[in-house]
Amino acid sequence: MVTARVTTGVVVRAFGVSVRVAPRTLVVVAVLAALAAVVSVLSMTVGQVSLSPGEVVAALFGGGTPVSEMVVLRLRLPRALTGLLAGAALAVSGALLQSITRNVLGSPDFIGITTGSATGALITIIVLGGGMHQTSLGALVGGLATAAVMYALVLRRGLQGFRFVLVGVGVAALLLAVNYYLITRADIYDAVAAQEWLTGSLNLRTWPQVIAIAVTVALLLPLGALWSRRLTAMEMGDPIAGALGVPLVPTRLVLIGAATGLAAVATAATGPIAFVALAAPQLARAVTRANGPAVLTSALMGAVLLGASDFAVQRIFGTAQLPVGIVTSAVGGLYLAWLLAARWRGRT
Amino acid sequence: MAVQSPPVERAPAARFIGLLAALGVLVVAVGLSVWVGLKDIPFSTVLSALLDGDGSTASVTIRDVRLPRALLGVLVGAALGLAGAVMQALTRNPLADPGLLGVTMGASTAVVLAISVFGISSVLGHVWFGLIGAALASLMVYALGATGRQVTTPDRLVLAGAAVSAVLFTVNSAILLLDPAAFNQFRFWNVGSLAGREVGVLPVVVWFLAPGIVLAVLMGRALNALALGDAAGRGLGANVGRIRLVGVAAIMVLCGAATAAVGPLVFVGLVVPLVARLIVGADQRWVLAYSAVLAPTLLVAADIVGRLVVQPGELQVGIVTAVLGAPVFIALCLRKRVGQW
Repeated sequence: MVTARVTTGVVVRAFGVSVRVAPRTLVVVAVLAALAAVVSVLSMTVGQVSLSPGEVVAALFGGGTPVSEMVVLRLRLPRALTGLLAGAALAVSGALLQSITRNVLGSPDFIGITTGSATGALITIIVLGGGMHQTSLGALVGGLATAAVMYALVLRRGLQGFRFVLVGVGVAALLLAVNYYLITRADIYDAVAAQEWLTGSLNLRTWPQVIAIAVTVALLLPLGALWSRRLTAMEMGDPIAGALGVPLVPTRLVLIGAATGLAAVATAATGPIAFVALAAPQLARAVTRANGPAVLTSALMGAVLLGASDFAVQRIFGTAQLPVGIVTSAVGGLYLAWLLAARWRGRT
Repeated sequence: MAVQSPPVERAPAARFIGLLAALGVLVVAVGLSVWVGLKDIPFSTVLSALLDGDGSTASVTIRDVRLPRALLGVLVGAALGLAGAVMQALTRNPLADPGLLGVTMGASTAVVLAISVFGISSVLGHVWFGLIGAALASLMVYALGATGRQVTTPDRLVLAGAAVSAVLFTVNSAILLLDPAAFNQFRFWNVGSLAGREVGVLPVVVWFLAPGIVLAVLMGRALNALALGDAAGRGLGANVGRIRLVGVAAIMVLCGAATAAVGPLVFVGLVVPLVARLIVGADQRWVLAYSAVLAPTLLVAADIVGRLVVQPGELQVGIVTAVLGAPVFIALCLRKRVGQW
């Protein structure tokens, strides 16, 4: 591995790949990674048995008491990891889709994928009466089936990013109606369970969820990060990107697939957590001032956003066990509002 | 070589005939909506009841129940279609739903509070709370979007709306998850329905919807000036700031009052203007005109279908609009050339 300094950043070469990294991005990545670690440790201190941050760290590295190790490793670590990974997966999905569609609203929430997962989950809860694991499976099937149908519809006409978005809007509208129908037809117990699932929750998440998202992120995040330079070129318009040698259709095909997979698996594990996919990439672009999709920064931003929300929801509503989704939107919304207000006030 | 030819704009005559045809369908739909219902009333009785009410049961059903319901559908449909068309034109973003400005979530949160905290279950009570909530949310969004000395752009308002909506969503879901009884009422409001709004709602919301509709319909030329960007608009002599202000005000009034009246109907405001644009091209005057006719047609037709398919009872109009409209929209997207917006 060779690193060389050029005027605008650090070039990292490894395994035949070379990437230029801006110093600002490096700092942001380091800060966000540290924040993610701190937030996770803090959120693992809260619960029936309250632990100090020191005890949590000790338990994580095998030096705790039997009780603290049991609590941390069996119950709280899977929850914290599910949160971090789902946040990262949703954020990367949003970053890729926003870049491919060149539209700030082009997140998986708006173009049908999350809605499809919700339909799968609602059918499982309300019609089939399934429990948590069956619901996850139903959501996964729903999300992937929706994406497959959209692909099938759009591919016959050549994969154009904009057409995919419009078809997604239509599919999302249709599925949303189905979801509403299911909720109004259910008895109140199923409807409340469905509503809770629809808010997005990390309560009682265990290792199977962690493993599912971890595998997905490990496979798809590097792909997105490596190909993000292609997206940066594509944001300048198809003709320019084509002239720069970017294979347009395969790139779109693969990256939309990756974004779909990430969103579907994350949603299956946690339910549709609002706002992360929309806000995290925007926040990441704002803090790194990068051109193009800041894939890695977005991932960390999503992880921090969800981790911090989970800490907040456990601290504020301790006994009520409310789902994390109700706080992510507030945390993300307030942060976004603050960031915007600060930026607007700064400019004259 | 027929590559990359610009989207063909229909001749004005064809567009005009299309608009008249759509208007005809709307009139037929309203007629059917008044005629068809749980109780069979002969067509002649319907006509005589409309012309002069004689106080019979049939006449009261027609004049006080079915006609107000159909008219509410027309007004709300036109309002949402126009609000969506203005929204998409102002932001130059086809994904922009008028609810993104925060008014829908404002109305929803107010209704949740009305149900859960104040124990209000009357439809008219929900309408008033919805109106107040939409107005307060609009003010918050505008205050946030107008921070700083720069001009307030629609992009900023959309982001401000997203931020305000997100915070309201938290309040909303926290109350609903902790109060299942309130959720039980809210889930029916949240679908969007014309049922039960027959008495008293129309006289309240018409004062907001009618001026808003007139304002929006008149914005076509102004919105055309913005289509190529703000700088080009200024070059054409348009007062960009004022157009935006008027447009945003129109969207907030239309979408807020419509949501307060019938609940959130996402599909109509988002998709009907897209359909209009796929049919008539980029001229905003035509997009507005088609949206103002197609949206109420879809809404009234969906209301009729909803009353017929499930008996006894009915399927909420919010569900039926999407089930009827989405396949048409998807087919149009696949068949037509879709240029970048």
